[in-house]
Amino acid sequence: MTVEPIIFQPTPASPAPSSKVGAVAWLRANLFGGWKDTVVTIALLAILLVTVPKLIGWMFVRATFLGDADACRLAGGACWPFIVDKFNVLMLGVYPQELGWRPGIAAIALIVLAALTYTNRMRGIVLIVAWAILPFFALIMIGGAFGMREVDQSLWGGLMLSILLALVGVIVSIPLGVMLALGRYYGSPVVKSLCIAFIELLRGVPLITILFMASVMMPLFLPPDLVINNLLRIQIAMILFSAAYMAEVVRGGLQAIPAGQTEASLALGVTRRHTIAFVIVPQALRHVLPPLIGRCIALFKDTSLVIIVGLLDFLGMIKNAALDTSWLGFQAEAYVFAAVVYWSICYSLSLYGRELERRGPSAQKR
Amino acid sequence: MPMTKTRAKSGFALSNIGSVASQGVVLAIALFFVYLLFTNTQENLALRGIESGFAFLDKEAGLPIGDSLIAYTPMRSYGYAFLVGILNTLFVSVLAIILSTILGVFVGIARVSNNWLLAKVAAVYVETLRNLPLLLTLFFVYSVVLAALPHPREAIELLEGVYLSKRGFYLPRPLAEPGFWTFLIAALIAFALGLAFWRWAALHKVRTGKTLPGFWGGLGIFIVLTGLAYLITGRPVGSELPVYAGFNFKGGLAMKPEFASLLIGLVLYTAAYIGENVRSGIQSVEAGQIEAANALGVSNTVVTRKVLLPQALRVTIPATTNDYASLVKNSSLAVAIGYPDMVSIGGTIIGQNGQAVEIIAMWMAVYLTINLIISLGMNALNARVQHAER
Repeated sequence: MTVEPIIFQPTPASPAPSSKVGAVAWLRANLFGGWKDTVVTIALLAILLVTVPKLIGWMFVRATFLGDADACRLAGGACWPFIVDKFNVLMLGVYPQELGWRPGIAAIALIVLAALTYTNRMRGIVLIVAWAILPFFALIMIGGAFGMREVDQSLWGGLMLSILLALVGVIVSIPLGVMLALGRYYGSPVVKSLCIAFIELLRGVPLITILFMASVMMPLFLPPDLVINNLLRIQIAMILFSAAYMAEVVRGGLQAIPAGQTEASLALGVTRRHTIAFVIVPQALRHVLPPLIGRCIALFKDTSLVIIVGLLDFLGMIKNAALDTSWLGFQAEAYVFAAVVYWSICYSLSLYGRELERRGPSAQKR
Repeated sequence: MPMTKTRAKSGFALSNIGSVASQGVVLAIALFFVYLLFTNTQENLALRGIESGFAFLDKEAGLPIGDSLIAYTPMRSYGYAFLVGILNTLFVSVLAIILSTILGVFVGIARVSNNWLLAKVAAVYVETLRNLPLLLTLFFVYSVVLAALPHPREAIELLEGVYLSKRGFYLPRPLAEPGFWTFLIAALIAFALGLAFWRWAALHKVRTGKTLPGFWGGLGIFIVLTGLAYLITGRPVGSELPVYAGFNFKGGLAMKPEFASLLIGLVLYTAAYIGENVRSGIQSVEAGQIEAANALGVSNTVVTRKVLLPQALRVTIPATTNDYASLVKNSSLAVAIGYPDMVSIGGTIIGQNGQAVEIIAMWMAVYLTINLIISLGMNALNARVQHAER
């Protein structure tokens, strides 16, 4: 008589109880967890139900998309023809309209390069050189040279000016910031103290006082026969201000490089100078790319301050447009448009920063 | 800590001590540069007929100031006008620091809340405010939000004596009546007693192991004694309500629209940053610690106070120090909407007499001092919450 082997037969797992899956469970877990959660959710829903439809109504339903100021006043919603009418001025300021294609080409170059960078199609030294050339290309296209009609700097304005100030500011201040950081980290006591004094002085005061300094005080510092125009003075001020902040970011990167790197390099007979330039700095920069992007966003936001010293950047043009007598009463539209533009640019930069953080060296370690 | 040691060594291995001579050359170049700036400035000032030196501070200013904490007339000196500006800068900064900290803590907690809707609303708030220039937010509040409020005639009355209108906000002004000082002294004594009870309860716990409700007991002592003192001294705090008369409100505490927009803008902007610091602080505490404490039967309040907060603050405080310093610097944007802060008043003085060098030096001195005070205070706080390093 053979004994039938008993084979263990597990009962199949029963499905999760219906109270733990599905929409109802999600609602219970995430919105109505207890009486406190329920109160918060209902209060927020009430606020959103009052404000969001009003906002949508103003922006789209009751808004006017074609027509003039009177049509807008009749409809009572947002007045988008106002923005359309002012679009050129907002983008270019009082730049000659017939030459608008030149900044246009510079903008396309910027967008293409940004896209190539974002998608990681272009990398290494080619990428760096391309970004270093871009501001010069933009300046030549906007200002005019090589037989193109020259456009005086007092006519530059609008979003073009904001982006130009930020672009030149970032690209010049990064190498300057690296030098300051190296001076602060590796320099001799005298160099070190000079770098610290410069960095802390600029980081300790508001940008406005530095802009005032550039527009009122810098002419006093220079020899009487040397005259630099206002835009260039302000650009220099923004570069120096940004460099002080970049230096602190880069210093964080220098501190993150382990001592073994230096020791290995010196032991192999690489000179001090080459160790810093080819071993330390490239790694340090890779570490601090995300915070450097953060500084780029900050600098772009800070360009809005130049209206206080008399340049008409994007925000300045928005403010002017809001005061136009033929479109009186549509300030909100102007500021909402400005907010959308600033937000899209800053937010896409910060998304890129997060992307770099995901790809970067500190992410690989984890 | 071994890491610090190796880092220091790495810096040392590469640092360029160099010869005394090469350092002397660098120093000489720097000094020559400063000398060049100095002589150029002297020459330029002479060319433009601008006096130099701080003698102008005693001269009559003749500039009107819309909003001042201390009594001011245009007959006062430039120095006094600048002092008004410093006080305005300090006043708006201190108020904004307090309010943005409160709002920022709420935003940070909301960001990590289990409530999906609350977390999303907080995220939208943070991402919106952080990606817009502060100046745009200020303009928006000043010329869109506050301008949409009604004329003082139809002002919105929030509570009794609290009015919102496009000319500003009006609040009741507290008035000291006879017996106020006695009451104030009594209240201070009550506060000291409450504090003493709290300390005693903590000591008692160390000695005997018995837990007394130290904080709530102390608070109770303070409230009950202060209330008694208030009644005994004959209710010495009155209030003056703002009253609509003619074209505007008279009496009460008035908050001008410029001040209100600057305060609202600074608070909304900085709270978004502080909220992020609070969020990263909370998220830096490992979930296992909270779960372990819960599993040991520690109550939620105690987990928050003894496990979550002490560790979260280590991450939050250093970042928040920077945000406070930025807030003080950002208050200089007042000049764009016409609130008379230090930069705005200084700018007007430069326009009047051209003494840019002196005014800019004064600005820098004041801002550097404020920043120094903030970092000293916050470093002291930070030292209390950081790990004792072995």
